[in-house]
This record gives sequence, structure tokens and C-alpha cells, in this order.
Amino acid sequence: MYKILKKRTLNPTVTLMEIDAPAVAKKAQPGQFIILRVDDAGERIPLTIADYDADAGSVTIIFQIVGATTEKLNHLNEGDCLHDFVGPLGRATETEGKKKVAVVGGGVGCAIALPVAKKFHAQGAEVHAIIGFRNKDLVILEDEFRAVSDRLFLMSDDGSCGEKGLVTDALRRLIESGEEYDEVITIGPLIMMKFVCALTKNYGIKTVASMNPIMIDGTGMCGGCRLTVGGETKFACVDGPEFDGHLIDFDEAIARSSMYKPFERRRHEETCHLFTKEAH
Amino acid sequence: MPNMSPKKNEMPTQAPAVRRRNFDEVALGYTQEQAIDEAKRCLNCKNMPCVAGCPVRIHIPAFIAKVAEGDFAGAYAVISEASSLPAVCGRVCPQENQCEGKCVRGIKGESVGIGRLERFVADWHNAHGGDAAQQTIEKNGHRVAVVGSGPSGLACAGDLAKRGYAVTVFEALHTAGGVLVYGIPEFRLPKAIVQKEIDGLRAIGVEIATNTVIGRTITVEELLTSEGFEAVFIGSGAGLPRFMRIPGENLKGVYSANEFLTRVNLMKAYRPDSETPIQHAERVVVVGGGNVAMDAARSALRLGAKEVSIVYRRSMEELPARKEEVEHAEEEGISFRLLTNPTAILGDENGFVSGIRCVKMALGEPDASGRRRPEVVENSDFDTPCDCVIMAIGTSPNPLIKSTTAGLETQKWGGIIADEQTGSTSLAGVYAGGDAVTGAATVILAMGAGKNAAQAIDEYLQDK
Repeated sequence: MYKILKKRTLNPTVTLMEIDAPAVAKKAQPGQFIILRVDDAGERIPLTIADYDADAGSVTIIFQIVGATTEKLNHLNEGDCLHDFVGPLGRATETEGKKKVAVVGGGVGCAIALPVAKKFHAQGAEVHAIIGFRNKDLVILEDEFRAVSDRLFLMSDDGSCGEKGLVTDALRRLIESGEEYDEVITIGPLIMMKFVCALTKNYGIKTVASMNPIMIDGTGMCGGCRLTVGGETKFACVDGPEFDGHLIDFDEAIARSSMYKPFERRRHEETCHLFTKEAH
Repeated sequence: MPNMSPKKNEMPTQAPAVRRRNFDEVALGYTQEQAIDEAKRCLNCKNMPCVAGCPVRIHIPAFIAKVAEGDFAGAYAVISEASSLPAVCGRVCPQENQCEGKCVRGIKGESVGIGRLERFVADWHNAHGGDAAQQTIEKNGHRVAVVGSGPSGLACAGDLAKRGYAVTVFEALHTAGGVLVYGIPEFRLPKAIVQKEIDGLRAIGVEIATNTVIGRTITVEELLTSEGFEAVFIGSGAGLPRFMRIPGENLKGVYSANEFLTRVNLMKAYRPDSETPIQHAERVVVVGGGNVAMDAARSALRLGAKEVSIVYRRSMEELPARKEEVEHAEEEGISFRLLTNPTAILGDENGFVSGIRCVKMALGEPDASGRRRPEVVENSDFDTPCDCVIMAIGTSPNPLIKSTTAGLETQKWGGIIADEQTGSTSLAGVYAGGDAVTGAATVILAMGAGKNAAQAIDEYLQDK
């Protein structure tokens, strides 16, 4: 059993939890992920590691409440336990040798982009962070990003905070103003990553995208997380989760991510009803 | 007097029309009377050809003699000297190619139903309390790590624990059992039986650490250094699914058999209250002809499919699945499209599977495997509508351990290079066996490899 050491609500739909998992904390690197089950009957869901503390033996996850499992997870509190928590899985972000990078995060993806930005910063790279949200109520980790970025650009769809516009607007402006990046790292909704990659491709800037497809085991066994990269089938769990963004078939990834949408919607509603009943 | 009936006692099964819509076990097992009657068919041959056919060398005539006397506890004691998982092997071993394949009674008639008797004895033992009671085994102070809790790992762990070793089995998933829990379906191997066998290992002191991915959470090198183990057995299986690399393979509704079966078996997606989703398809095509293909096809049927077919590129004669599994599948209404090979999977405008394009095949000259090579019949393309395609064309060893263990030599195709007798690898103190070494094979061969490695590890640590 894996105890929840800390729980913090970052915005109405995004929660941070620190989990007691010393074996995972000891090995975790930015870019890697874990798989958890809330209870003995639960499904296995992958979540990218948001932070880790090897000395304290804790791993931080940040999740958006999108379905039944994340709904149940969000109903747990400090002191409660997760049934299963396994990792670290996948390959770590390659940060070596990069002098100047742009980290582009969208929505809850910013939670995963932060440790990457942090590591680049710690290695002495110049970090430009562009983080985008739908509106000001959904902003997360702004201060944390500021602490590890040389320049920070906050974007919102409706202009209620930062600048009105898309992350690609900010990125394009930076590139056109003459900023030269060794690499762009993008983490967020598939559609956002698709457009970030399309933009940087025009300028020939190496871009890495972090993928979070449907998966079960996370060790290369099921192949459910497969995607096409440069015409070849790759498994996000063992070959990724980060891939060369210019080679990823994003349209296929977007289609595959909707495989179980009706099931997920139904389960989520059922779970919400259950919690509502309990509250009465 | 031996029972000279030329035929085996039939084992009762659920009727095909009933079982095709439920996940309960298909075969129901012998009654005591049937078991004793069947046991009497054994001639108790002096040279025991059946034992030579058994990868773990169970003293078959001895246990069958006990069954014939009605001493079922005695029969269990004989089997458990050699086998750690009798209730499992009695169900999933390909006995027709092993013990029963060598049985003298099989020359003129049917062999003795050795598998059915083994199953009967193990089930009798489990139904009569078993002996989950704590056994006191004197510890010898040595620690051994086992990677993977499938058949080879469990067999190795069981044998080492019986010799006094402190054994920890590391499992990547949340439940122990490997392919026995994620791969083989409930209707062929009830999970309660696997659990009972694992509880038995725990009772003799085997520790099982789930949620631990060797190569990620802990490396093999760390097991032998900071974690304090003196030897490691790698039984990580062959879990990496193969695909055909044909157009449309990443459409929604295309599964690897591993994914499909894991959702059904390990994650219980067949239950209406399961939180793990699975597609309840109407028309399912399973590609492949092995036992895994049969399991996937029969599971799809039980999930409610109207039509399930197996597509296999050779003929019925070359089909690698066990005969009994093929018969069961046919009885349940699964159709076999033989000498047929897919060339593309077709999709609709939303990215879901809408059909499969295949070509007809003809058998040519024998290939390296001795089987006649299937060759494409020109201009024989045809499309079949379906909404789900399951690829059951084999698996390879998982590369995770290879890629994280410096100095561990492997074959080009990924199998760990290990001595056939001892399981020793290119690294001192590191042994390997089962599908991780051989590529996808059977439960019993993996168990045999685990047992051999246990013997070799024992000798290695005693000499050390």
C-alpha cells in the first residue's frame, strides 16, 4: 500500500498528491511515469511523474479529474493509501548537452513539463517556458515555473490571465525574434503538441513531445500504447514516452486516444452519482 | 486387473451452447469413480516411457497406482515431489505431446488420461483442505531473487524454498502469476486455482514483491549488490507482442492478443462492473493459430460477439494449438478460415475497424521448421467485414532486462542465452529460463527450466 502524504488542490479539476513510494522515488527521473490503481478492483492508469524526493521517499503526481478513476483518486485524502503504485517507467528526458531550450506546456501537461524545466535549469541551460491554460481559474504552477525559467510566458485562451492567445503564438514570436533553441520540449493536449511540432518543423528546430496514450501494463506487454513514429510502430511505455515530435503521427494518436470515450464517460457519471449518494 | 478399455474416460464438460456465453471453467473434472476407473487403465510399465515425456519428471505410474487404490492424498504427495503447480499443469499441459504421447496404451487405442488424473488429484487435494499449513523448513541463510512470477519463476522459487533458501519473487504487475493470470482465461484455468498454488508457495516462505519492475525499479545488478541477493533467476517471459506491420494495424479495434487477454483476465473486463474498458465487438477476427489465438477467440465469443473467426495462413494440420482447444473452439461455433493471410485492416471514417483484407494461401515446399511454406495465391484478395481484429501471431522476450543489464548476452531475436541444463547465463550468479530464454513455449517447459535452474543455483551457492 502506498500512503498519500500530501494532497493539494491546484485548481477545481487538478490535484497534486505526494505518495510514499521510496523505491520509485530513488530511481525517478524527469519524463518518466508511474502506473497506479486506486483500489483492488480499479483500472491501471499511467501518470507522468511531476516531482520526486529520493531522501523523503516520495513521488509527486498531478492529475486532472477526467474519468472514474481520477474522480475516485481525488476523493482520497492525506493518510489514505493507493492500492498499487509502480515505476518509474519509460525513459527519462535527455537533457545533456543542451544550452538553451523552450519548454511548452499546456493545461495539466504543465505539471509534467515542470520537472523537465527544472532539470534543464539545474544543469545551467537557459530555459524559456511557455505555459498555456484555458482561463485564469485553471492556471497551475506559475510560481514554480517562474523559479526555474529565464523567461516565462503565460498564455490563456480567453485573455483572463497572461496574454490572450495560444502557446504557439508565443513560440512563433520568440523564434521570429531571433531566439535560437537547441530543443523545444512540449507536453500537453495532443492537439496542442501537434501544432507546436508543426510550427517548429518549419524552422527546423528539434522538438520532443511527451505522449500519454492508453496503456495497461507499462512494460511493453500489451502494445495498447503503440503509435507511429517515422513510419514505425513504437510503444510509448518502453520506447518513450518522449519522441521526436516531427515524426509522430499525431492524427492517429488523437484517434486512438478516443477508443473508450463512451465507456469512460459512462463510468465517470456512475462514479459521480455514487459519491453524490454517499454525501447525502 | 487393468481396465483394458481402449478409450479414456471422458471428462465431463459444460455444454458448448451454454459455455460459449460464460467464463466458467469448460472442463469439469473426473469424479472419484471416473478417476479410479481411468487409473486402472495404467499398465504400470517398468520402463515408464511417460515419465521420460514429462519435463518435470513426475513419477506418473506411482501416482496413478495411488489413485487406483483410492489413496488420493498419497497420489498428491507423489506429484508434488516433482511439480510445484499440479492443478495448473493438469489443465494446461499439452499432454498429448508429452507424457500421454509416450503412453503404451496409446499404441492401440487412447493413452491413459494422465493430465485428467493429475488435475483430479490436485483438485481433490485443494478441496480437502490442502496443506497451506505452515511447513517448517530449516533456512540455510542464503537469499535468491526470482524475476517474474510466471510458471518458471514460481517453479524455481518453490524448489529453492523447499531447500531452505530465502526467496523473493519480483513481479511487475499488481498480481502474481504471470501468464497464468494475464494470459490464460478463466474458463480454461480458474484464477482461484492459480491463487491457491501461489498461497502454497507463500506458506513455505516465498516472498512475493508485486509492483516491482526489474530493470526499472531495481536492476539485476542491484539485486546482486545493494539488495543482498546471492543469485538471480530471470523468468521474465516473452511478453512483447508482435504485429504484422500491415496497413491499418493501429486502427481502433485492433488488439494484440496480450492486450485483449490482459483486459479480460487480469483486469476482469468481462464483468459488467469492471473499471477496465474493453470493446464488445460483434464480428471478431483473430489472426494466428496457437493456443493464445484460441483463448482470444473464445474470450471474444464469451464477451458477446455474434461471429468469431480464426484466420491462419497454413492448414489445419499445421495449426499449432492443442487439439482439445481447437475442438472446444469449433464446438462453441468459432469458424476457421485456413490458408488465409491478412494484408490490410480496413477502417471507417472515425478510425474504427470496419473489415479485414486477406489473400488465399497455398502450401509449397517445407521450410526451415519442417512445415510446408505457405505461399500467396495471386489475385486472391477478398474483404471480410468485422469490427475487431486480434493479433495472436506470437510474442518476443521483453527487452527491458536485456537493455538494463550490462554483460547479459542475448540472441539476436532477444532471448537470453542460457545453458540448456542449468540455466546459467553469461553473468556469474545469474540464471534464466522459460520463455525469456526459449521464446514463447509452454507452461510446463518453463516450469522444467525453473526447476533445473533451482538445482543449479543450489549447487552454485553450496560450492561458493
